[in-house]
Amino acid sequence: MNLVSLSAPRFWVYLALLVLFALVPPITQWIDNSYYLDIANRLVVLAIAAVSLNLILGYGGMISFGHAAYIGIGAYAVGIPAHYDIDNGFLQFAIAIGASAAFALVSGMICLRTRGVNFIMITMAVSMMVFYGFVSIEEYGGDDGLTIYYRSNFGSLIDLSDDVTLYYLCLASLVVAVFIVYRIINSRFGMVIQGAKGNEARMQSLGFNTYRYKLACYVISASMCGFAGALMGNDTGFISPEMMDWTRSGELIFMVVFGGTGSLGGPVLGAGAFLLLEPVLEGLLNAIKEGAEVYWHIPFGIILICAVLFLRGGLDGLLDWRRKR
Amino acid sequence: MAGVILEVTDLYKSFGGVAATDHVSLDVREGEVHAIIGPNGAGKTTLISQLSGSLRPDGGRVVFRGTDITRMPPHKRALGGLARSFQITSIVHEMTIRDNVALSVQAHAGHSYRFWGNARKAKKLTEPAMEALAQVGLAEKAGELARNVSHGEHRQLEIAMALAANPTLLLLDEPMAGMGPEESVRMVEILSGLKGSKSMLLIEHDMDAVFSLADRITVLVYGKVIATGTPDEIRANDDVRKAYLGDEDG
Repeated sequence: MNLVSLSAPRFWVYLALLVLFALVPPITQWIDNSYYLDIANRLVVLAIAAVSLNLILGYGGMISFGHAAYIGIGAYAVGIPAHYDIDNGFLQFAIAIGASAAFALVSGMICLRTRGVNFIMITMAVSMMVFYGFVSIEEYGGDDGLTIYYRSNFGSLIDLSDDVTLYYLCLASLVVAVFIVYRIINSRFGMVIQGAKGNEARMQSLGFNTYRYKLACYVISASMCGFAGALMGNDTGFISPEMMDWTRSGELIFMVVFGGTGSLGGPVLGAGAFLLLEPVLEGLLNAIKEGAEVYWHIPFGIILICAVLFLRGGLDGLLDWRRKR
Repeated sequence: MAGVILEVTDLYKSFGGVAATDHVSLDVREGEVHAIIGPNGAGKTTLISQLSGSLRPDGGRVVFRGTDITRMPPHKRALGGLARSFQITSIVHEMTIRDNVALSVQAHAGHSYRFWGNARKAKKLTEPAMEALAQVGLAEKAGELARNVSHGEHRQLEIAMALAANPTLLLLDEPMAGMGPEESVRMVEILSGLKGSKSMLLIEHDMDAVFSLADRITVLVYGKVIATGTPDEIRANDDVRKAYLGDEDG
């Protein structure tokens, strides 16, 4: 897969999207409505999480139903130090990545002994353990959550107290995350991971210890997701165990599958579709009949079913319109 | 006698009381093609699976180049120079033919915890891969997705992947399985071309292929070795005739 392929419509679409996202802050300032900046920031952070999930789900065939746990771990890595008035961003982000990696290493060692449906169920169970773990800790608010009064402090390097600066940091992180995934999937490591997805028994008979490679991939993905969680903690300013509920993990899977499993930019499109479909569907339903917007999940579900049935390659696959297979 | 590279002694494996491998002993010498034949259900694939490590024997010993590998996991055996091709094609269908073979090269080119450099631009991987593809006559299809080529070409790819590992001993599990006559002839040509440079343990149903390729033949019936010898000796062996005519009771 080539990142820069000037003849492909896909490249131009993503470039246009990037430019559009880069222009969000000036546009929102111009129309004087910071609501859209909030939405865009949330979208970008979720996109990083979806990109990280896609690394194991799309390229490694490991369908984790517990990835939101790492968003939570990353967010609490900002929230807990902040609770004790420690706002050093370098420390917070190092904890976010380190704790996610450590937890992924230990839980992955167990989860990756299973396959298929069992892997889905055990990753979900592990994430719910984390969920209930944080619910039970009264010191950090239990299920009421925790308010983060100060954003991560990176000294004179970058000032996150400014919303626009935070947004650009998130956007830059997304670009870097996609680039990291791009490098990984084309590397030797990535070839092993994709080979193991296609035919694990064969990879083993070739001489690869697929268990260890998959575990390494899982740890990388979790670290990236933990980083997204730290950004989310800064963005929302309020964190709670609810953000690692299994339904949140399901939403991440939705973003990956709807956007395009195993495509570089697909999860970004999926995150966008997920965030934008809700208000759009609510608006439409409300226009049909007042109060009907609470049923937005119904058309949402129908759209997802249609996407899975008819959109091979998800939204990203649509960008391939010139090349029919 | 040339050096023995694989020695199987008294190998035993049973499934629910039925002996699939019944005290089998045989050896493969350096550079030879040793074929294993036998009627359906004789336990040929069970035997080769124990040699490649995907099945664990209940008893006996497998010694490869002086090392006891009876309990060694498959990936370590592969790294030690034992390469297997599968009876049922086992390739990564979503990848190109070149990528499949390059992965086989990569398995033997040190660890793969390399996250940054582009594997498809590494000459160390692509050149041996293309060489192996050329040996099986598949070089011009290198860029195709594996799932898009014919069955015969899948079998050729299997051999190329085994070759790319630069093995000491090739374990070939029915390389001609499901092939048409022309494809079979092509495969015999490919294997004859490799003869002498590689030791091979070959399981095959196609008798013409076996008798034209093998230096020695072992006949397996109901998990037991009933004869081992040169093709001429096997042709003349009464027990073998009986087994293939199916009248050992009468």
